[in-house]
Amino acid sequence: MRVMIGMSGGVDSSVAAALLHEQGHDVVGVTMRLWGGESDTGCCSVSDVDDARRVAQQIGIEHVVFNFSEEFDEHVVQPYVDAHQSGITPNPCIECNRHLKFDRLAERADELGFDAVATGHHARIGSHANGRLRLERGADLAKDQSYVLHMVTAAGLEHTSFPIGHMTKDEVRSHAARLGLRTAGKPDSQDVCFISRADGREHFLGNRIPLRSARVVDRSGSQIGEVPSVEMVTLGQRRGLGVPGGGPVRYVIGVDVSDDEPTVVIGDADDLLVSSQKVHSMTWVDEPFEGDALAQTSAHGEPRPCRVTSTGDRELQIDWGLRSTRIAPGQSVVLYDPTNTWVIGGGIAERSPL
Amino acid sequence: MSSLKDVETLSTYLDHAATTSMHPEVLDAMRPWQETLFANPSGSHRAARAARKAVDEAREVIAAELGVQAGDVVFTGGGTESDNYAISGSVRARGGTAVCSAVEHHAVLDPVEHHAGRTVAVTADARIDVDDLRCVLDSMTSAGQEVAVVSVMAVNNEVGSCNDIAEVASVVRAHAPNAWLHTDAVQAACWVDLSELTPHVDLLSLSAHKFGGPKGVGITVVSNGVTPEPLMRGGGQERGRRSGTIDVAGAVGTATALHITGSQRATASQRVTSLRDELLDALTAIDGVTETVPRSRTVPGIAHICVNDLDSEALLFMLDEADVYASAASACASGAMESSHVLSALGLSDDVRRGALRLSLGHTSSSADIDRAISVITNSIGQLRERKAARKQRA
Repeated sequence: MRVMIGMSGGVDSSVAAALLHEQGHDVVGVTMRLWGGESDTGCCSVSDVDDARRVAQQIGIEHVVFNFSEEFDEHVVQPYVDAHQSGITPNPCIECNRHLKFDRLAERADELGFDAVATGHHARIGSHANGRLRLERGADLAKDQSYVLHMVTAAGLEHTSFPIGHMTKDEVRSHAARLGLRTAGKPDSQDVCFISRADGREHFLGNRIPLRSARVVDRSGSQIGEVPSVEMVTLGQRRGLGVPGGGPVRYVIGVDVSDDEPTVVIGDADDLLVSSQKVHSMTWVDEPFEGDALAQTSAHGEPRPCRVTSTGDRELQIDWGLRSTRIAPGQSVVLYDPTNTWVIGGGIAERSPL
Repeated sequence: MSSLKDVETLSTYLDHAATTSMHPEVLDAMRPWQETLFANPSGSHRAARAARKAVDEAREVIAAELGVQAGDVVFTGGGTESDNYAISGSVRARGGTAVCSAVEHHAVLDPVEHHAGRTVAVTADARIDVDDLRCVLDSMTSAGQEVAVVSVMAVNNEVGSCNDIAEVASVVRAHAPNAWLHTDAVQAACWVDLSELTPHVDLLSLSAHKFGGPKGVGITVVSNGVTPEPLMRGGGQERGRRSGTIDVAGAVGTATALHITGSQRATASQRVTSLRDELLDALTAIDGVTETVPRSRTVPGIAHICVNDLDSEALLFMLDEADVYASAASACASGAMESSHVLSALGLSDDVRRGALRLSLGHTSSSADIDRAISVITNSIGQLRERKAARKQRA
């Protein structure tokens, strides 16, 4: 098989490339240049490209760099900024997978005559009894990345490979060490790859949109504190709200970014509980689904039992068995089968009323 | 050590503007100065004097090729250093503003921008717009702004357009009489008689490896008594203009290469022109392939085309697989292709720019290279378009 492997310069994709090569595939390593600005490590810095290139040399495969920075800016960075401006909590890694790795890169691979795109994600491709492909959690549950891959369809999975999905992170690192790859001990990437830790999110957003201070009020509307930038506040947040300490823990239960008077509403943990949640922009790995499922609402969150009902085109309602914590609008909601093995599909949490 | 395929025997190399192979005589001429005659030419003993003689002779050969005084020739560490010395050195020596065309190589453009300089528009064929140059210089003069240096490339490195440096000089001398005039002649050396450029300028940059010399050697011609501030301070070599132990082998190799280039220029230009024409005729016959700049405006060695509705990255990948080596724009530090400031200055639409391809020919290019390139490029464009159409149909 002719495989294009996305190499970020991390240990997972290094080992994924090595495994494919060991299996006798015709492998070409590709590093996507996504971001031209400041960055710590993430997917985009020159030192990561150096690592990817050197690993490819050591393995003995060709390596090229594709510049997708325009697409990255359009589909990941700009929507990230817009989301913050409108008071919702984006997930840029998911948008990068959706628009870059499993769209733009897959398209490029297809154009260049490759049979598949591989990545170093911790996820597996299995099949249903009827032979249809399905996206399954990685063997290392602590590192499982099926959540951020939920948009890959069964048709897409036919041209996709996750060579390290059956391995634990420790196994991946030992394999890299055995091969003497320089990425063997490289730390996992953290946070948003296009924002440097030194400058931080607030600095990044502040250079792109006006950040506005907001009153922090309780449910009755009386002011308790103030935040310097409402665009930085997320539902469920409990720190940095300018609220005097000592009392019970208070959580953000509402964010209003409206032009006239931006406001953050805080309440106690109970105020965050809801019995249902609306989800839009659903994509399905295979067929649209209704019924009992598990819903995961953050990259490493605990999946919660729910009942799924369709409410329209690519829209649905999730009813929780027990009242459950509200999901920050903009976060991805990914549905798994009740055995918590494979992904049914995923979408984006609607803003739910207070 | 390397697992790479033997580049020399299997490939069709059409990236001579990036770098070209050394003339065999060059390596022969350099060799003794790295082996037995290795002394430092700044020393005082017999071995040093032998090295010094080689450098002095090399400098004379180069000066003769360029039509300048030997004392005007300053050896540097490469074309980028030569350009930086001309721009930063001039601004630092005299204050004032640097001015350059919008399509200069980054080795000029970046120092000009670093010193908060001005850029001048170009015409649709990537030559400096002399009317805009006049306007910019006049507006600076009337605002009381001193012009430290004006820099206009002799030949553009991406699309190959030639500037009329004599005309540029007459505008600069009339509208900014105190300004020093620099030309980046890095891409001109193989195709343009450099002794016809030097009378018009105060500073001129060359890079040895672009004309069959070694990498890591540049020349800045510093004439008419101008005195840019040195970038390197130390032992005071090159009359204090560029400190650092003189690279004797590099100087000898550069002189040998420039002499060969000069003596072969007319015949090489004629030969490469006909190869280039054959290449462009065949490629522009393909639907949606255009010459970016009419070939009458360019040097023989650069054929730049834009392929409608294709990505140059994809096309370059296909060519690479078939061992046809070309390029698009300049590569950034990561190795990715940058979107080209040259093509954007020409006002080409994104769709056209996306499919840019630079095929550059040189002293080793053969008719067989061109035949093979035509067939591989034609097939690759066809294949990419087919796959694209098939993908569209599936969707």
